Formats: sequence, structure tokens, C-alpha cells
Amino acid sequence: MSAVDITGLNVWRGEAHVLHGVEFNVPENGVTALLGRNGVGKTTTLLAMMGLLPATGSIEVGGEELLGTPTHLVARRGIGYVPEDREVFAGLTVAENLRLAERPDEEHRYDLVYQLFPDLQARTEQAAGTLSGGQQQMVALARALLNPNRLLLIDEPTKGLAPIVIEHVVEALVHATSNATVLLVEQNLWVAAHLARSAIVLDHGEVVYAGDMEPLATDPALAGKYLGVEVR
Amino acid sequence: MSSFVLYTATGLGLAGLYFLLASGLSLIFGLMNVLNLAHGAFFAVGGYAAWWVMDSIDAVPSGPRFLIAVVAAAAVGIVSGVLVERGLIRRLYGHHVDQILLTIGLGIAAVALMGAWFSYDPRLLTQPDWFIRTTNIAGANVPNSRLLIFGVAVLFLVGLLLFLARTRHGLIIRAGVENPSMVRALGIDVSRSFTLVFAVGGMLAGVGGALGAVYFNGVSPSLGTSQLIFAFIVVVIGGLGSVTGTAVAAVLVSLTQIYVNNYLATGMGSVSVVVLLALVLLVRPQGLMGKALA
Amino acid sequence: MKRLVIFLVVAGLLAVTPFVPLGIPVLFTNAVNSPGTLQVLASALVLAALAVSYDIIFGITGLLSFGHALPFALGVYGTNLLMIHAGLTYPVAAVVSLLAGLAVAVVLGSVALRTSGVAFAMVTLAFAEAFSLLVLTDPIRKLGGEEGLPVASEQVPDLFRGVVNTRNIYWLALALAVFTYLVARRVVTSRAGRVFEAIRENEPRVEMMGLRPFPFKLASYLIASGLAALCGSVYLLVVRGANVGTTTPDFTLAILVMVVLGGAGKLWGAAIGGFVYGILTLRLSAVATSDAIDSLPNWLSGPLSEPLFVLGTLFVVLVLYVPGGLSAIGSGLRRT
Repeated sequence: MSAVDITGLNVWRGEAHVLHGVEFNVPENGVTALLGRNGVGKTTTLLAMMGLLPATGSIEVGGEELLGTPTHLVARRGIGYVPEDREVFAGLTVAENLRLAERPDEEHRYDLVYQLFPDLQARTEQAAGTLSGGQQQMVALARALLNPNRLLLIDEPTKGLAPIVIEHVVEALVHATSNATVLLVEQNLWVAAHLARSAIVLDHGEVVYAGDMEPLATDPALAGKYLGVEVR
Repeated sequence: MSSFVLYTATGLGLAGLYFLLASGLSLIFGLMNVLNLAHGAFFAVGGYAAWWVMDSIDAVPSGPRFLIAVVAAAAVGIVSGVLVERGLIRRLYGHHVDQILLTIGLGIAAVALMGAWFSYDPRLLTQPDWFIRTTNIAGANVPNSRLLIFGVAVLFLVGLLLFLARTRHGLIIRAGVENPSMVRALGIDVSRSFTLVFAVGGMLAGVGGALGAVYFNGVSPSLGTSQLIFAFIVVVIGGLGSVTGTAVAAVLVSLTQIYVNNYLATGMGSVSVVVLLALVLLVRPQGLMGKALA
Repeated sequence: MKRLVIFLVVAGLLAVTPFVPLGIPVLFTNAVNSPGTLQVLASALVLAALAVSYDIIFGITGLLSFGHALPFALGVYGTNLLMIHAGLTYPVAAVVSLLAGLAVAVVLGSVALRTSGVAFAMVTLAFAEAFSLLVLTDPIRKLGGEEGLPVASEQVPDLFRGVVNTRNIYWLALALAVFTYLVARRVVTSRAGRVFEAIRENEPRVEMMGLRPFPFKLASYLIASGLAALCGSVYLLVVRGANVGTTTPDFTLAILVMVVLGGAGKLWGAAIGGFVYGILTLRLSAVATSDAIDSLPNWLSGPLSEPLFVLGTLFVVLVLYVPGGLSAIGSGLRRT
């Protein structure tokens, strides 16, 4: 049984028809990478799932239809969202960013979060806007991990980060995603290969590959065809 | 020297009024992107509530009576804010220009309504004696009312800052001013805060109206609209959504106005404030401390 | 073609009004061709023209300006002052104040258009307010302050002098309205007009097409301001004076109300809005003293006889339920 079932998803941004009847499944428990070149609609897919963009079609999570649900109710169904560009609240402290993420009547896993990101524990009273890119990424991830979310939507968590920071983030993600379903948008193939078991590739707003991650990561022909990258 | 003290005290009193009127506007615009041109009506309504209390409740001595007047003005302001947001603004969610248009119509109708019910002639406010007397500060005879207005405004400034910093509602509002979508993505219904912000804004404007009735010695239906333009200038200069910015800008604008009017030429005070606005918008569109307007 | 026919019919009907000895009950106390009624109609026609000029910036180009009272007031005051103090004849004074209005618009527009959206609205409002205060406080002691200035009676052409020639003033107002409408239509259908509309729809797209929006926005602003100044010059004759009420933020917002009331972006919608606004504000008190309203309890009849209350409430209702204004009643009703 899939954690996420997407059928016939059509999304417009302004006048541009970005997603053309996208269909895919995300298996439960594990990381699925959502890949593709720039601008194919990966972020748009996540935004539509969060109810931040209007869409037609069907988005089922755990059997429940999500399409048309207001964003705050989508989140309360146990879905954590880590946007591209992090979007931490710059004027709030680290502690306040996390406190805001606390959903009522749910467990708040501060132990887990501070264990994964000890750097944050040291900086709870620091304004989030003054943190480095990597630290802001940690705040964004921590917000999504604080509540026991059953589905995590993570958009390019390693974008713009130095290699050593990327390693730290990937390590944290390996730990954090062990009992959740994750849909991970990534441009960095190494990160995707390291974390994900399955992969979905988008091109021009349509799904062109849905299957295991491994062949994409190891077969240069496949990688070249779908992702236009060279496999190292 | 003594005239400088007098002008400064007058300016600080005016700054208090501007702050009370502008802080609500700033939060409303910062959080909801609504330019509330009916905000002056909250101010006038508060003024009338205060006037009515001072005029009617003879049994209580005038000092405590004024306290009741301020509370009444605050209450009326809260109710007005909630009614406007829930009854009207909410129906146009997402249509920002339409919301602005709605507040324009509302402001026009509200002023005319008050004119019809209370007449357009200013009503004099019965004031406690102490307000009219002066205190000698550094050789100047400063009217006590100016000091009072400034003091009350400072109290509300502190209260507002505490509310924003220490309560969950305040936290949501601060985050919402920055990024309402992300607040929703965290599972919080930001729209509930919209009503709250209108209630708070209405309360502040209402209290401002009560104090404005003191400052201008009377209340008339257009009391709020004539001050509203200065409040907007304060909001822009201070930066949207920033309470501290509004406070600083309120002092800056009012002192500029008073000093120019008295040291340069009468009537040029308002013009100089407009010039100040244009300068700020051209050089630093986000104002002193807030987020950019566009 | 159909539009042209309707336009000619309407203009024709309006043109022969001064010969029609009929009355419109309740709305007007005297026959339609009486001087009193003609003056009201002339006033409404000037406001219609003013609304059309504002539609160019707001409805067509999408610029939310809160400062359109300024060029209008410049037309009113400028023309009057030039007649009083420089002894110019009316037509010359009108032309000179038009040029002055354009010059001011270039300066203010260039500054204000550096901002956009709500910031632009606030800057324009601030400019209009500054001008209003300037007129009120009257530092040069020549602007009449709160009481305003009566029109310079010597320079008023004989054609428009005296109550008996009210019909000529009426026809002048009609000519102004027709002229403004035709100019606005010409602008809107021109290639520049297309750019104006593109700016309203999607400004970034305009930049991507290789055009700079700023010169177009400024052009739109200038054309509208020039037309407004002309309206001001005519208004001076209609109300026989310069009144500080035409400079206030309330009035500048009223212009916006007129356009939205009638329906923005179509030009003829704005004309209807301005005309209706003019009639309502001048005649509502008469309607209010009619028996129907008088019989209501005081707390109801009071507000209902305030034109601005009725207008404000009507406006709120329109914004909520009929986004297209009066001109769209019948086509689009919004469900809220």
C-alpha cells in the first residue's frame, strides 16, 4: 500500500501549465527521490501537495484525499514540509521557530531534533536570520521533524551548502527518515542516491521514469537520458 | 529654551496619538496586506465613546471617569475591529485591491453616519482639571494632557511588545507578517490571527481617539480621517509590521511637524512630513525596520 | 459600430436637454431645462469626465493613484488665480493652467512612479494631502483658505455669464465630457494603450517583451492629469468658484469611488459612475426630505439623507457583490 497516490495532477502557475496529468506512487517507509532538470515541476508538485497551489486531479495520502484541503489542515494530517530556500522566520529566534512548529496534542521531539542538530541547541536564542545557510537548513528540517509526521516533503535540502555541511545534513536525514515516508526533491544525484530507494523523474511536467533509484545512479546511459547528468 | 521644551512635549503628545493610530495599521497591513482606510473611523468612534462617558456619567469624579472613558473607547474599538474583519474584510480574502476599496467605502460611510447621528460640529470634551493645567519643566509650562497622552501611548507600546514577544498569538503574528504561507504549512490557521489583529488595531485606534479628543479638545466625525494620512506616513517610514519602527517613526514625524511649524513656517509642517515620506520611499522602501511595501 | 450609435444617441439626448421642459419627479425640483437643474447636470458631466480621466490610470493602466484630485484642483485654482491676478482671459488661463498642471504632473509622477502598488498609492495620497493643506493654510494669502475663492467674474466670458446662460455652461460641460471620452478612447485603442493594459495585467511580462514600463506609466499619468486639469477649468465655471473641497483626500478617494461604482476599465463605466455620483451627492438631500424617508425613525432617516453614507454603503455592497460596478449589473454577481 502506498503512502502517497497521485493521479492526473494538473497544476498551472499563472498562465503556464506546469504539471500535465502527473501520476505516481510513493511507497510507505523510505525515501523516494523526485528528480529532473531545473524547471520541470518538482517544487510545483510539493506545493500542490501542501495545498499552496491550486490543482486538479487527485492527491491521496494514506488513502485520504488531500486535494482542496487548506494548507494548515494538510499539515495537521501529519505532513511536514521543508521548502526550497528554507523559509525560516528571520526575525524569530531558533527556539521560537521551533515553538511555532509545535502542533497541539502531539509529541514534540526536541530530544531527537537537538540530537540530530546539536548546533541548534547551542543557538536557541539567536535570530534565525543571522544563521548560516547550513544552520537555517537545520532549522527548516528541525521544524518538520519536531512533530511525529508520517510524511515528509523535502525540497532541495542541500542546495547552496558547502560539501561538509551537506554531509552533516545527509547524515541527519538518514537518521530522521528511518521511520517516515519521505518525498525528496534533489538536484544533487549523489545525495539522492545515498538516501533514496525509489525514484521518480519528471520531464516537461510529466513522469518519465518511476522505479528504483539504483539503476539511475549507476547506469550512465539512464542517468544521461533522464537527468542529463554524468554519473561519477 | 522653554519654547523648545514646550514644542517637544507637544510633539511627544502628538507622537503618542500617531503611534496608537499607526501601530494597528502597521500590523494589519504587515500581516494581511490590507490597507485599512477605515481605520480613522475606529479612532473617531473611540473619541465619541470617550466623549459620551465624560458627558453622561456625572456620578463619578472626572479623574476616574476618564479612565472609564478610555476603557469604553478601547472596548468600542475592539468590537468595531472584529465586526469589520469578520463581517466584511474576510469575504474578500485574497483580493487586496477590493479590500482596500471596501475600506474606502466603509470609511466614507462611517464618517457620514457619525455626522448624521452626532452632527458634524465638534463636541467639546469634558476634561479632568488636571489635564488642562500645566507643569513647569525647565521653565516651560507644559500642558499635562500632552504628558498624559505620551505616557499612555508608551504603556500601550510596552504592552503590545510584550504581547508580541511573549504570547503564542504574538508569535504567530510576528511569523505571519514575515511569511503567512509557511505559517500555514506548519499547521496554523493564520486567518484566526487576522481577526485578532483587527481587534488589537481597533482597540489601539479607539484609545487613540479618546486621547485625540483630549489633544484636539473635542471630537468630530472626521477626527480620524484627518490624522489618518499622518498615520500612514508613520507606518511607511517605520516599516510595515514593526511596532518599534512605528514608535520611532511616530516621534520622528510628529517632532518634524511641530518643529517645522513653529520654527520655520506655519503650515509647512505637514508638507515637510510628506517630503520625508517621499525620501524614505525612494531611498529605503522598507522603512526603518520593517518589510518592504511592494 | 453599436458603441458609436449608443454614444451618439446619448450625446444627442444630453445635448437637447436644455430644450426639454419636463421634470424628473423626486430627483429634481424643477424642470430639466431649468438653470438649477442644468447646473446640477453640468456638475455631474464634469465629474463624469474626471472619472473617465482617472479610468485611464486606474482602470486601464492599473495604477492605484490616490492623488487625482491634485491636477483637477490645479485646474480649478490655477485658472481662477490666473484670471484674478494675471488678468488673463478664461480660455488663455485654462490653457496656461493645463500646462502648469502637466508640468507638476511630470515632476510628481516621476517621483511617485519610482514606487509601485501600495507604496505608490500612499505617495500619491501624501502629495494630494500636502497640496490640500497648502491651500487650506494659504501661506501666500491668495488662495482663499477654507472659504475658497469666487470665480473672477470680470474674466468670465459673456457667453457663460449670468444665470440665463447656464445652458451654455451646461453645453460646455457636455463638450468636455465628450472630448474627454473621445481622447480616452483614442488613447486606449492606440498601441500605447495596449501597453497600458499589458502593464495592468502583467508588468513583468511587459519588461520581458523588451519595453520599459516607466515611460508608459508616466505617459498614462500625464494624459490623465492633463484631462483632469481641463475638467477643473470647466468646473470652475460650473460652480462659479474654487473650493478647497476639491483638493481633499476625501475627494480624491471619491474619484476612485466614482470609477469603481461605474465599473473600471471600460471608460463608459467610469462616465456613468461619475455622473451618478454627481447627481447623488447633489440631489440626495432633496430625495431624503421626501415623505418616504422622512417617515422613518430619526436614527435611520438621518444617515439616509447623508449622500456620503448612502454612497459609501452602496459602494461597499458593490465591492462585495458586484465587482464590475454598475455597468456590470446583470452580468457578474460575486458569491461571497
